[in-house]
Amino acid sequence: MVTFPGSLDDGDARRAVGLAGAEAVALWHGDHDLRGVDAVILPGGFSYGDYLRSGAIARFAPVMAEVVAAARGGMPVLGICNGFQVLCESHLLPGALIRNHHRKFVCRDQRLKIENASTSWTHDYVTGEEVTLVLKNGEGAYVADLATLDRLEGEGLVVARYLGDDPNGSMRAIAGITTERGNVVGLMPHPEHAVDSLCGPGTGGLPFFTSVLQSLAASAPAASAGTPPPQGPPPLQGHSSGRELVL
Amino acid sequence: MTETQTRQLDTVAHAQEHPDVAQPWAELGLKSDEEAHLREILGRRPTSSELAMYSVMWSEHCSYKSSKVHLRRFGEQVTDAMRKHLMVGIGENAGVVDIGQGYAVTFKVESHNHPSYIEPYQGAATGVGGIVRDILSMGARPVAVMDALRFGPLEAPDTQRVLPGVVAGVGGYGNCLGLPNIGGETVFDPSYAGNPLVNALCVGVMRHEDIHLANASGTGNQIILYGATTGGDGIGGVSILASEAFDTQGSARRPSVQVGDPFMEKLLIECTLEVFAEHLVAGIQDLGGAGLSCATSELASAGDGGMHVWLDRVPLRDESLAPEEILMSESQERMMAVVEPAHVSRFLEICAKWDVDATVIGEVTDTGRLVIEWYGDTVVDVPPRTVASEGPVYERPFARPIWQDSLQAGDASTLPRPTTGEGLRATVLQLVASPNLCDKSWITNQYDRYVQGNTVLAQPEDAGILRVDEQSGLGIAVSTDCNGRFAKLDPFTGAQLALAESYRNVATAGARPLAVTDCLNFGSPEDPDVMWQFAEATRGLSQGCEALGIPVTGGNVSFYNQTGAEPILPTPVVGVLGVIDDVTRRTPIGFTTEGQQIYLLGTTRDELSGSEWAHVAHGHLGGLPPVVDLEMEAQLADLLINASRDGLIDAAHDLADGGLAQALVESCLRYDVGARVWLPDELDPFVALFSESTARVIVAVPRSEEVRFTDMCAARRFPHVRMGVTDGRGDDAVLEVQECFSVSLAELRAAWSATLPTAFDD
Amino acid sequence: MPRVIVEVMPKPGILDPQGKAVLGAMPRLGFGGVVDVRQGKRFELELAEEVTEDQLAQVRQVAEALLSNPVIEDYTVRVEAS
Repeated sequence: MVTFPGSLDDGDARRAVGLAGAEAVALWHGDHDLRGVDAVILPGGFSYGDYLRSGAIARFAPVMAEVVAAARGGMPVLGICNGFQVLCESHLLPGALIRNHHRKFVCRDQRLKIENASTSWTHDYVTGEEVTLVLKNGEGAYVADLATLDRLEGEGLVVARYLGDDPNGSMRAIAGITTERGNVVGLMPHPEHAVDSLCGPGTGGLPFFTSVLQSLAASAPAASAGTPPPQGPPPLQGHSSGRELVL
Repeated sequence: MTETQTRQLDTVAHAQEHPDVAQPWAELGLKSDEEAHLREILGRRPTSSELAMYSVMWSEHCSYKSSKVHLRRFGEQVTDAMRKHLMVGIGENAGVVDIGQGYAVTFKVESHNHPSYIEPYQGAATGVGGIVRDILSMGARPVAVMDALRFGPLEAPDTQRVLPGVVAGVGGYGNCLGLPNIGGETVFDPSYAGNPLVNALCVGVMRHEDIHLANASGTGNQIILYGATTGGDGIGGVSILASEAFDTQGSARRPSVQVGDPFMEKLLIECTLEVFAEHLVAGIQDLGGAGLSCATSELASAGDGGMHVWLDRVPLRDESLAPEEILMSESQERMMAVVEPAHVSRFLEICAKWDVDATVIGEVTDTGRLVIEWYGDTVVDVPPRTVASEGPVYERPFARPIWQDSLQAGDASTLPRPTTGEGLRATVLQLVASPNLCDKSWITNQYDRYVQGNTVLAQPEDAGILRVDEQSGLGIAVSTDCNGRFAKLDPFTGAQLALAESYRNVATAGARPLAVTDCLNFGSPEDPDVMWQFAEATRGLSQGCEALGIPVTGGNVSFYNQTGAEPILPTPVVGVLGVIDDVTRRTPIGFTTEGQQIYLLGTTRDELSGSEWAHVAHGHLGGLPPVVDLEMEAQLADLLINASRDGLIDAAHDLADGGLAQALVESCLRYDVGARVWLPDELDPFVALFSESTARVIVAVPRSEEVRFTDMCAARRFPHVRMGVTDGRGDDAVLEVQECFSVSLAELRAAWSATLPTAFDD
Repeated sequence: MPRVIVEVMPKPGILDPQGKAVLGAMPRLGFGGVVDVRQGKRFELELAEEVTEDQLAQVRQVAEALLSNPVIEDYTVRVEAS
């Protein structure tokens, strides 16, 4: 879990990772290595105050160079909200996130449809499944040019779509997207706020965190397809123990 | 050379040599007797820097000079029961309450009314920032915020300007800090047109051993200013904004508004908690209103009584600022710490890690004087207590207003009431759509209520509940309330009603009330009518707290809330903090399943004077407010807390504004579960539905627990009557009041939720 | 001190909610005849010395990489006459 100055939901994401049965490793934005983790989560918040554009400055944090390299090498990376903005600013994902069309911050329980249940982060869902997560953002409107949108749709790279009335003006109601390899996912709503029905709208977000453990377990015996992470993954010890997620 | 240095610097020596220089006493808000008193203290005229400090510190806002004699009640009437959980009381930045398991909680509500009128976004944002730093300076990690807002009529052009800005400001700042907003209130009344109220509350949690107090002890200890640089923000803001009613003309008098930087505040919080954790801090204070004037004089007064400050070391955003201006600047996101010399380098190291500027600007002395130097010249040399705590105190004249009797005589009994089922149905729909009772999610959806993952209940629940300990489930509940119309009808009772409602809300959610914070918003203290309202309200509140056995741990007074000669409704906002041993036992307001038995607890009387119905249907205000019965409130609270602990109730909702009808509507709409209810035979249906009698709640009891629940009520001799059952859910569900009317939840929701979007979305 | 101005504007066709809000407010103030408003950002870069072509090229790089997001924004760079 990468903490930038201004990250806010890092604690929540750490709790979610713990509930999924993995160990969260805190990484500081100024670090230059990923400390041997198996997956990375970029949490929500307002990194560096989001003063220039959301995610625009975080993109240049030292740790992001490592994250980008690892992601290109196949490491699972999930960017939530501000993390999604950072992934777009880093060009790991296409498009951009701009101010909500109604110009207000919005925080609400949001129904979503999972459109792609084959990514590293959505294995444990079924395609077409409806889930309720927390949506909270000021700059959450997903935009991209038509060609990009058509490509995302055509290649099945839309991970989740908003249901019901339009919460933020995203094109084609896109709530989350992935890369061709399915290891990098950017998601505007917050699955980490829906892992415990006491403090959130149900547990519909937990599969994001369990999915990645499954996919790591499945891929671990074979060497990963791309460049391994800088220090290589630790030996696998079952599905849930010994796994480390950077948050 | 800057302009500042080329102009004659008014040093102490210069003031002694030139005693007859004309100074802008009156413009700075000082009265002539205050001027004389100040000359007497110093034995000479003040330098212009001293004048700046005294004028701002002796202003109403900082000195509480009109309210002090009344606020003493809160300290004097503290019983052993009230002291039981109190670790730090009034006087510190915020009181501290023991909630058990080694945890302590600090909470406080503060006004930022006038700045929010001038610049709604920044005014509200910096209001949140200020109260958060207050909590932080007690050693606590801020964990949640709430906001109690009052605006003019919904349709007034000024409300259209002020409300969206205030809401965006509260949200913009709080969201960026990662603090969940767990509740609050939004009220509309014509008296707040041109004078909105923005009261921000913050709650912080710490371990017992981590309490930090604001004082500068230990001669030789270093004074470190850290956080944002100092600019021309809000110069004179506190004294000029808060001492006299302002108007929009005379822009020359309008001081520059403070601008907030929540990102800097977030860094300041993390940095401060880290220096606390390493025990590097001997004393600490936030810089809010009156900036350095306040921080230096208050820290020095509370410690060994002396401090030497090199003002030219203060990092500036604007190099042209004069020493007077630096002392008065209200630049946000600044803190001042007292640090032993051996810890200074580590302190500065931690600040550097968080990219927070930190500068040693002074040290603690044993001279008993606050001495401030500017490039080698002494510009301030004063006894600090005369600045901070020994300012003027007024016994303002007060008298019961001559109109009070006629106001109380014109009660609501003569107003035409609906008598048919159709009329009652129409009244329900009219009320749920009215500005004070409608769905507030247009506002609250702009606030992050989920961040930190510990929010168990948030708006629109009766109280916000936060989990404090994940293992044990220990949690806290907070509610803020005030009905200004009741307070106008009878300020003594009105303040107690605010207390009773807030107390009831906390208990309804399942928590045991422990402590009170208040934000007393009133008109001009120079108006004897207003001063009477204030005296009555503080008397009522302090007696109420004594009766309920919960202390006031801190708060704030805001005077001069008026437009022209017309003061606002007296608005003593009361926040109550409660503790809940196991947050999984919290009681939400919403009906969750079909077949739950609905009980009405408490006694309903014909009490409609000052009610929401009289206000909405007739624009009427007169008569006497509902009777307060604090003994009944305490019994009800105890019953609700035990019922929640024993798992006897699934939902509970307090009856307040709008009465039973509004409570039923809100409980049904929360999860789209309908209800079939019958009204008690002995009551007129209209009174049953719309009376605002106190000490009442509705509860939903699972059928399996009905016997145990009614046995409990009977054993306690608490009035209870079964009055309905939850029935139907989803789109087809209805709220049926048997033999009166039936209305679908869809129709109710449409009326309830359209009001704010219609008013504010373009 | 020489100053370089970088102006960043939303690309044509990208939704600009702030600009739209300003446009909507104009008729309410009795200000007619405006058919569109776009809201952008202006950066003022104070340079230590005279502006050279090399420096301008660097500013363009910064504008491209940091000050704007080429996915949604265009930028212009110019030297302000002192």
